[in-house]
Amino acid sequence: MSTLYKIKSKLRYQYIISIALIIAIAIPCFLLEKYIGNKVVALILLLAVSILAMLFDILPVMVTAILSALLWNFFFIPPLYKFTIGTPEDVLLFMMYFAIAMMNAVLTSKIKKANLKVKEKLEREKTIKLYNTLLNSLSHELRTPISTIIGAVDALKETTPRLSEMDQNDLLSEISIASLRLNRQVENLLNMSRLESGFIKPQLDWCDMNELVHRVIQTLDIDIGERNIIFESKEFLPLFKVDRGLIEQVLQNLLHNAVHYTPEGSEIVFSVEQNETGCVITLSDNGPGFPEKELETVFNKFYRVPETSPGGTGIGLSIVKGFVEAHNGNVILENVKEGHGAHFTITIPAEISIINDIENE
Amino acid sequence: MNNPDILIIDDEVQIRKLLKITLESNGYKALHATTGKEGLAMAMSHLPELILLDLGLPDISGHDVLMELKGWYNKPVVILSVQNSEIDIIKALDNGASDYLTKPFRTGELLARIRSCIKRNRETNNDLPILFDDLEIDLKARTVKKDDVYVKLTLTEYNLLALFARYGGMVLTHQFILKEIWGVGFQAETQYLRVYVAQLRKKLENNPNQPKHIITESGVGYRFC
Repeated sequence: MSTLYKIKSKLRYQYIISIALIIAIAIPCFLLEKYIGNKVVALILLLAVSILAMLFDILPVMVTAILSALLWNFFFIPPLYKFTIGTPEDVLLFMMYFAIAMMNAVLTSKIKKANLKVKEKLEREKTIKLYNTLLNSLSHELRTPISTIIGAVDALKETTPRLSEMDQNDLLSEISIASLRLNRQVENLLNMSRLESGFIKPQLDWCDMNELVHRVIQTLDIDIGERNIIFESKEFLPLFKVDRGLIEQVLQNLLHNAVHYTPEGSEIVFSVEQNETGCVITLSDNGPGFPEKELETVFNKFYRVPETSPGGTGIGLSIVKGFVEAHNGNVILENVKEGHGAHFTITIPAEISIINDIENE
Repeated sequence: MNNPDILIIDDEVQIRKLLKITLESNGYKALHATTGKEGLAMAMSHLPELILLDLGLPDISGHDVLMELKGWYNKPVVILSVQNSEIDIIKALDNGASDYLTKPFRTGELLARIRSCIKRNRETNNDLPILFDDLEIDLKARTVKKDDVYVKLTLTEYNLLALFARYGGMVLTHQFILKEIWGVGFQAETQYLRVYVAQLRKKLENNPNQPKHIITESGVGYRFC
């Protein structure tokens, strides 16, 4: 409904601008006619119609072409101030003017349409390619845990030979890990489609960031191995008004990535600070970092850094970016030093609580 | 009273089966219904100790079931919902649900919720101090002890803690807490609530950043355990 209205009002503006332009050109031409002659006027008007044809839709342009032809006839071709034309030469001129103006309008619009088609086709090809990339990584990411679950369950059901208790426990914990991984992927996919549909509206409420970061670290659903996750909470950090659920997902995805893509023994450091407009969250690690030329592209949907370890769909960081931008914030990725760790900085404009301590009642 | 009846209202056969096995192996008797209407009929004929209610039912919504139960069914109803549906959860809690679980949930969590809901429903007005691990809250004497040492609380801090203690183990929405403590008209002031919760945590938790007693339920409220 509203887009239809927009198109209509856009068209109305085009009509108004086109007609105003032709009249604005016709008036000085009329005053200067005895110096430049009516044929030059015709060329000037044609030029105006051609320019309009490049910018506007076909209908306003055709209306302008007809209007300019009539104006030219009425004010510039003798006998003046009449729609009749005196000499056969002027009749020919008028007809040619009319034909050229119309052809201009029609041809330019055809070219524009053809261009649009090529653009659409390229876009579609790009989407198909993205889609294929997604399908490949997704089918891997979804099928691996599913295969694990099915296989482990079959092995557990098998009565002969009987599995040792240790093997049984191992299989059960594999099922558990695979289910969590599957759940994570589904969650990311759902978030992705939420972002795509444009339905993300942050539900802002006061949030204790220290508590949130601790919780994200505690509830991480993958094994961190020998990695060390460090977060020193600041005691006097104020509350921020953000969508806690969205920020939790952002931090989960960043931390998950950091753990997944750094070698054992790495250090991952979180920090939360306050700036003038809201809060700044950073996460840095001392892993291999990102290739310098990939620093921008990693946030693109389905993008995966070439030659990285398998696992991952290229959705995680695009969700990070999407959720942060839903808060009107931004996320910047830098390398600490080439080849020495990644450093994410998330800036979120947010209301900051003024009351932090209520001592006297 | 030995084998409490639990009514499962869920249209997914797998979830029903899973819940039935889990509940029965833990000493409960499981009843089940696949639609809202069937569930209401079963609730009326069996008066179960607790109802596990899925919000997305094929015939009438879980919210409608809650509305129908209101007034005559005074035992706990635990909601099963999908993730990212805080608004739905809050609506259900405001409509009389006692607690919620988001699918997928862990069995341990499910059983803990059921236990605390049933326990709370049976404890009526007893004057003994309430124990939560290292905390002892005496609502009659209006005193709070942590590791057997009295804790000094301001009036609002105490009121908030007393409210938490009365509803121990259950999730309380922000709106409910604000209304109970500050009264009608303060329901937008979640900022105060956060500040008081932070202060209470400083006084009661061993590590205020990793609370064990006052747990944040993201987007919904708090749970005291």
